[in-house]
Amino acid sequence: MSQRSTQSKLLSQVTQSLSTASAWVLGLLWIFPLLYAFWAAFHPPAYVTHFSLTAPLTLANFVKAWHQAPFMSYMVNTVAITLLILAFQLVLCTLAGYALARIAFRGRGLVFALILMQLMVVPEILIVQNYQTIASLHAVDTYFGVGLPYFASAFGIFLLRQTFKTIPQELEDAARIEGCSTLQIIRKVYVPLAKPTYVAFALVSISYHWNNFLWPLVVTNTANSRPLTVGMAIFGAPESGVDWSVICAGTLISIAPLLIAFLMFQRQFVQSFIRAGVK
Amino acid sequence: MTRNQQLYAWLLLLPALALLTAFTYMPTVATIWHSFTGSGMQDNVGFNLDNYRDLIDDDVFWQVLRNNLIYAAVTVPVSIVLALVMALWVNSKIRGKGALRLAYFTPTILPMISVANIWLFFYTPEIGLFNTILGWFGHKGYNWLGDPNLSLYSLMLMAIWKEAGFFMIFYLAALQGISPDLYQAAELEGAGRWTRFRRITLPLLMPTTLFVLINAFLNAFKLVDHLFILTKGGPNNASNLLLYYIYENAFSFFDTAYASALTVALLLILVVIALIQFGVIERRVHYR
Repeated sequence: MSQRSTQSKLLSQVTQSLSTASAWVLGLLWIFPLLYAFWAAFHPPAYVTHFSLTAPLTLANFVKAWHQAPFMSYMVNTVAITLLILAFQLVLCTLAGYALARIAFRGRGLVFALILMQLMVVPEILIVQNYQTIASLHAVDTYFGVGLPYFASAFGIFLLRQTFKTIPQELEDAARIEGCSTLQIIRKVYVPLAKPTYVAFALVSISYHWNNFLWPLVVTNTANSRPLTVGMAIFGAPESGVDWSVICAGTLISIAPLLIAFLMFQRQFVQSFIRAGVK
Repeated sequence: MTRNQQLYAWLLLLPALALLTAFTYMPTVATIWHSFTGSGMQDNVGFNLDNYRDLIDDDVFWQVLRNNLIYAAVTVPVSIVLALVMALWVNSKIRGKGALRLAYFTPTILPMISVANIWLFFYTPEIGLFNTILGWFGHKGYNWLGDPNLSLYSLMLMAIWKEAGFFMIFYLAALQGISPDLYQAAELEGAGRWTRFRRITLPLLMPTTLFVLINAFLNAFKLVDHLFILTKGGPNNASNLLLYYIYENAFSFFDTAYASALTVALLLILVVIALIQFGVIERRVHYR
């Protein structure tokens, strides 16, 4: 009996270590592409597949990448587009979310169902028609052209509606007795109490639009409005004849702001994605 | 409910509904309309089924559709299983939990376009990293993106790498919500590790699995960014996916009418996924 129990203990220890080892192997595989980009970017081109501890470090690739593409304007464009979209989303989704959560108007169920449709049919899928709409508004190659289809976010409306529904009705009633208007109530009661949801939505929206590619590709055509992702696609095209170290340096430049923000606020990012997904 | 309040609700909804109408509802209707009345770049040439006839006769369409189904059938289950395994690891008493979670999750944060540039180098023939590593073992390597039998799978490999960490966090959240009492009780009953996993963990993770499943399927049809960098759908459409084919037709071949018919096909696929979600799944998951 005791021999059997030591045996099973040994067995479980072996499985435990095996499982830990596999977890680490997978973790290394997963982070490897990023680590590799760092390796290639900080070493001379001769070392792209030549791994040696004595390889000299250099910043030349970054300098080259920076001069080969207008990264500064790409970066400004990405930040401007992302913030423009977020600002409109926050306002529009708050108003719509409040109406759906707290006013029992006729047709509410139908409107809500219609809004949820956008969760499936995202603007990217309708690029053909949406491009024509933006073209007819003369908004091609502008920040507004890139942003407009995303200003009303079904996801944001849904998330805020769910959160507003959990806020006690008594708070609203009390504020109304104090003489607050509906807009004041939204601003002073609902918005402050839904802060975690706003943070979650903002982080998800920022990562989505920082990384978005297909629609900006279609609707921008100069460095005036082109975001980083579209810039990177042109930069990385083989026709442009840059070498791998420079591409890796450019890639790191393009992901640096988001990566740094993510590393600094890792917990908030993960929590936000969960909150946004589970609702 | 007073008339005033009714009006107020519509006023609050107006901006959002106007934009949704302009960029979701109208384009959906216009796409369907255009697919029946357009020809090439021309609008309103009269009702016709030419675009759909072309679609049925178009071998590339069927190939692209098959590619997309294979792509979904492989990437979805593999990334979900990996996500679950990752979550179980990160949720257990493993050494270096925080670092592991970071490693698994980081690909999710990075733009597809940027990481595809890195992977492009991994896959490059001759000097690429994968073939260099294979070369160390005396293997002559593969043409990862140029071989029609391989290119779609090379895309899948990268997509799995990009997505698994994203789905992991949903499993992680669900795992943290399972009461430890359940496991203790099961242990008292003499249930082994595997039994506990199969009888407690898996069933309780069911809603998360379904949520992740739907999102993974949607992504398999919505996310084609990596094609622009890695294969451009090639060689000879071997790795082409539906949305990329729509883009090509609209913006490279300038056949917006045919692109509209293709978009209708994509919309139908999304409707089917939606029906599955709201019909079958919603009814089954409410076990609580």
